[in-house]
Amino acid sequence: MSVDLTIGKAINAGLRRAMESDPQVLVMGEDVGRLGGVFRVTDQLYKDFGADRVIDTPLAESGIVGTAIGLALRGYRPVCEIQFDGFFFPATNQTFAQLAKMRRRSAGALNVPVVLRIPYGGGIGAVEHHSESPEAYFAHTAGLRVVTPANAVDAYWMIQQAVTSPDPVVFFEPKRRYYDKAEVDTGASEAAAAMGSARVARPGSDVTLLAYGPMVKTALQAAEADTERSIEVVDLRSLAPVDYATVEESVRRTGRLVVAHEAPVTGGIGGEVAARVTESCFYHLESPVIRVGAFDTPYPQSRLEEHYLPDLDRILDGVDRAFAY
Amino acid sequence: MSDNTAHGEPELVQLLAPDGELHDDPDYPLDISAEEIRGLYRDLVLVRRVDTEAVALQRQGELGLWASLLGQEAAQIGSARALRPQDTAFPSYREHGVAWARGVAPKELLGLFRGVTNGGWDPAEYGLHLYTIVIGSQTLHATGYAMGVQRDGATGEDGSAVIAYFGDGASSQGDTSEAFTFAAVNNAPVVFFCQNNQWAISEPPDRQTRVPLYRRAAGFGFPGVRIDGNDVLASLAVTRKALQQAREGQGPMLIEAFTYRMGAHTTNDDPTRYRASAELEEWKAKDPILRLRTHMQTAGIAGDDFFTEVEDEADRLGERLRAECRSLPDPDPLDIFHEVYAEPNTQIDLQRAEFADYLASFDDAGAEGGR
Ligand SMILES: Cc1ncc(C[n+]2csc(CCOP(=O)(O)OP(=O)(O)O)c2C)c(N)n1
Repeated sequence: MSVDLTIGKAINAGLRRAMESDPQVLVMGEDVGRLGGVFRVTDQLYKDFGADRVIDTPLAESGIVGTAIGLALRGYRPVCEIQFDGFFFPATNQTFAQLAKMRRRSAGALNVPVVLRIPYGGGIGAVEHHSESPEAYFAHTAGLRVVTPANAVDAYWMIQQAVTSPDPVVFFEPKRRYYDKAEVDTGASEAAAAMGSARVARPGSDVTLLAYGPMVKTALQAAEADTERSIEVVDLRSLAPVDYATVEESVRRTGRLVVAHEAPVTGGIGGEVAARVTESCFYHLESPVIRVGAFDTPYPQSRLEEHYLPDLDRILDGVDRAFAY
Repeated sequence: MSDNTAHGEPELVQLLAPDGELHDDPDYPLDISAEEIRGLYRDLVLVRRVDTEAVALQRQGELGLWASLLGQEAAQIGSARALRPQDTAFPSYREHGVAWARGVAPKELLGLFRGVTNGGWDPAEYGLHLYTIVIGSQTLHATGYAMGVQRDGATGEDGSAVIAYFGDGASSQGDTSEAFTFAAVNNAPVVFFCQNNQWAISEPPDRQTRVPLYRRAAGFGFPGVRIDGNDVLASLAVTRKALQQAREGQGPMLIEAFTYRMGAHTTNDDPTRYRASAELEEWKAKDPILRLRTHMQTAGIAGDDFFTEVEDEADRLGERLRAECRSLPDPDPLDIFHEVYAEPNTQIDLQRAEFADYLASFDDAGAEGGR
């Protein structure tokens, strides 16, 4: 059964399927009930599963994550919606100091299968605090799995895999791609790929262009636009842990690596991947690993975001730099 | 007290009834001249016009977003007109009436929602901190600021006080509870002004609390009172008293202004998905502007000329605002790097220089005929 779904609707369909197959799955967050979430990702779930399983929470992020931990300890599988990336921060203590560490602290006695869904990234012309890319904080925190789909097919399957994962999963949703569509086979019994694996989104032979989440589409456009070089685009999908096997296999073939993401370059995922690939693929590299990202400044007012976010030209400029060696 | 749910018919301080009749409240004496009442009316009408224009400008694509204050004019104007120049207000993001009363030009507010600035004004100049979007954060800033005022010995009969604005939803944030705690144990000169407009986006107050919000204060050890938030005179009288008590060393107070958000949460929101239109109709009958006008007419405080004059002024303001909004220029791309740090920062300097070169390369490429 193949259906044309947007990323937003694919997550909705994935959540619905997860809730149907496991009565312990709960959806909770601000406005997820009657409204169906500000991006409508939980649309109709309240109507069909009721207020006990689709919980409109008080306006308190620390409370959302903290009570989700408690529910998970009691055998539930809460999927929390954090309304926007910039509103996650009140929940940092519960996430970084509690959620991430609980399994290890209990020597494996406790599993805390909480999913945090966070719409992230810019490009929608929003006011401040609505366009952040905080993924590096999460990837830096041991105990959390961090994933992000770039298309509707992955969105549909990855949210289900996140829900069934025994570990806490931070599920970043590329909000400016919510309305991008793809054919999704919702009848299939299981996904073709695991959420922890990277994927070659477009084969090529001259350079590997690594991206994830909202930047995958831009990377594909850049690869398409470049008629001189054969650019391989790899979609990372999982930011923690990173599927280095797939990344390294690609880099060994192409000999060059450019990493592009929306988050600021300093301390970002790109730097981490660059360091690792430099270690493992040093003799295969024809040039240093190039990072393309946002500046080390606060997310600017929306009228400047087209300059702040890497676009096709900035990415190709990064590819140029890789070929300058 | 009789009410025991968030919704329960509130016992509230009301001076001006919806039918325009004025009642005295011995606890909150109203010392106000006819001139001042005319001033309040003018404020209400002009601020509503700013709001209406901004919603229209958003619809025309001139603003990215707007958070409407429709229905909350009296809560904001009454409380903000109770402030003295030396007082400081910490707003959330819907406090256009407060900004108006503090003298911030409406066009500065538009800048933020148009996406040309991240803030807009110098908080010290107006005694109005920047709009704060992350819910509840400003309640702690206000409390800390009040602790500073107290430490500086800037309190006393003619001294300073602080006011923090937040919503019913914000009352659930940990920050807000922590602000109550800090304010109480330090006896800080801060007034917490909660506009309970009945909705936190799609969630009614019973998703935030089981007791009326004003009663929260008791548990923290300071007084709380609920006022009719659509009554500009109650808002003025009660806030005046609370601020005066705070500056004179009697500590914080919580004012819950019971009001209603007549518009959508923001221009991105569709309230028909979660609330009944009958509710809106019910609240329209309590409109803050209408009741003051009725009172002024029956009490002979103003005649038709005055109301026409204010209407004309609103028209002119609207026209000016439209022009000002359209003429707000897009910032220079290199503005991204400005004012990130107070001290020179080599990392930012480097990135700015690289980006300037990158931008310049397009001019060169243009001259050469493109990539
Ligand atoms: C920490 C945080 N979480 C979520 C949001 C998203 N959000 C913006 S306004 C709002 C509702 C706020 O309701 P309330 O405090 O009652 O104020 P009102 O909008 O009604 O004036 C929400 C959930 C936010 N800005 N900050």
